[in-house]
Amino acid sequence: MNYSKEHTRYLKRLRGKKVTITLGRIAVVLVFFGLWEALTALGVLDSFITSSPSRMAVKLAELFSTGDLLYHMGVTLAETVLSFILATGAGMLIAIILWWFETARKILEPHLVILNALPKIALGPVIIIWVGAGTSAIIVMALLISLIITIINTLQGFLSVDEGKLRLFKTMKASKLQTLVKLVLPASIPNIISVLKVNVGLCWVGTIMGEYLVSKAGLGYLIIYGGTVFDLDIVMTATVVLCVLAAIMYYTVVVAEKLISKKFKFDV
Amino acid sequence: MDELIVFDKVYLTYHTKESETPVLSDINFTVSKGELMGLVGPSGCGKTTILSLISGIIAPTSGSVLTGGSPPQKCDISGYMLQKDELLPWRTNMGNILLGAEIKKLDRQKTKQKAIQLLKKYDLEGVEKHYPSQLSGGMRQRIALIRTLVLAPQIILLDEPFSALDFQTRLQVVGDVYNMLKSEEMTAVFVTHDINEAISMCDRVAVLSSKPCRIKKIIDISEFNGIPPSERRVNKRFVEIYDDILTTMQNDGE
Repeated sequence: MNYSKEHTRYLKRLRGKKVTITLGRIAVVLVFFGLWEALTALGVLDSFITSSPSRMAVKLAELFSTGDLLYHMGVTLAETVLSFILATGAGMLIAIILWWFETARKILEPHLVILNALPKIALGPVIIIWVGAGTSAIIVMALLISLIITIINTLQGFLSVDEGKLRLFKTMKASKLQTLVKLVLPASIPNIISVLKVNVGLCWVGTIMGEYLVSKAGLGYLIIYGGTVFDLDIVMTATVVLCVLAAIMYYTVVVAEKLISKKFKFDV
Repeated sequence: MDELIVFDKVYLTYHTKESETPVLSDINFTVSKGELMGLVGPSGCGKTTILSLISGIIAPTSGSVLTGGSPPQKCDISGYMLQKDELLPWRTNMGNILLGAEIKKLDRQKTKQKAIQLLKKYDLEGVEKHYPSQLSGGMRQRIALIRTLVLAPQIILLDEPFSALDFQTRLQVVGDVYNMLKSEEMTAVFVTHDINEAISMCDRVAVLSSKPCRIKKIIDISEFNGIPPSERRVNKRFVEIYDDILTTMQNDGE
């Protein structure tokens, strides 16, 4: 491509800036772990309480070799993905029902808002008693945390579909189902994706909360267990692994968002 | 006389929690087959409401509205063109044109054939696989008109369809739409607050009052029949008709 000198310089500057930002991001992580390691090595921080990157590495290798790490990761990941799918599916379905029936929506609106405001962790003991201390309790916890907000946000998106386009469908004498399928759902795709992004985070919260309560398996269990026996290496290692998993899942949604937006011609 | 639209003593009242607002008051007019009827009046006077009545979205409080001899809810002979093109960004231009046909479950292939002919006729060949975001405002508005035309309506309702366009595009699209309507021998009701546009396109213009909306006067400009908008604007009668409409609009006392 043939650009003017000025434009080439502009592009160069743009690229330079991008490289700086990427390097900067990596540097933040390196500095964080580097400082942590250095301060514990120098004795400023007590590695018994704070652990340290090197001790975490040892613990990680140990947990990996015994198979514990993969087992607990697998459990947590499965629970999170399952509750994410359930929360998103059920939330959208309920949102569609509430969009369809205006009176039902008006009746339930304040209740949804109050349920949303309730700190769901308060229901922990009740959940354990009702569904038992097992995987189902964890899923229920995650659902409680993410379902209501999914319904509220998705419904909000459905209701903010452009008036003019609704009028167009009316003038074409479209049925309610046609309006839903051909207008409301596709127009809500950007909103649904942002709901998914929020949901990923909330499902992690719910799953870990659930594992704290049930305390049988999973990264949440590892953290609680490590805390109880005062093995901060386990706590910190499990936390970092959790962090990485959450990031991977979040970026999976981001990639999906880009693909879908491209297909549906939405600008992101 | 083929009277395609008949308004007979039509009254309409909107109800809200705070009040009831009479919107239309004793509206009487007819539109014959092939005629272009303009409705001009101040913003918010109820012009769009008249179109909603013709398309059957709403029913009058009293009086009767007939299209093709029956109530509009029972027959489907009108096509509506809105203020904005309202093209769906996630559909291709062809997908947008076929939207109405899909909703009305018409034969897809037949409609598509017709759409291709219309696209060709109006210099939009080759854009059917593109998306609306790649088109100019004028082209989008023409796609929207084709979306209305493929349904083969007997009546076209135009609700200030040019108000979102810039001045230059507007002049051109007014001409295009006029040609499209005349060459398809369409009957149309055209709502606008722009007197110039009304005289450029219509055979008759009804001047409406502010709320509650009544018809003050219907001005016959069929002398311009067959003359395209660009030539009408330079005709010396144009100014006289303009004055007539403007005086009627401003005259509130009568």
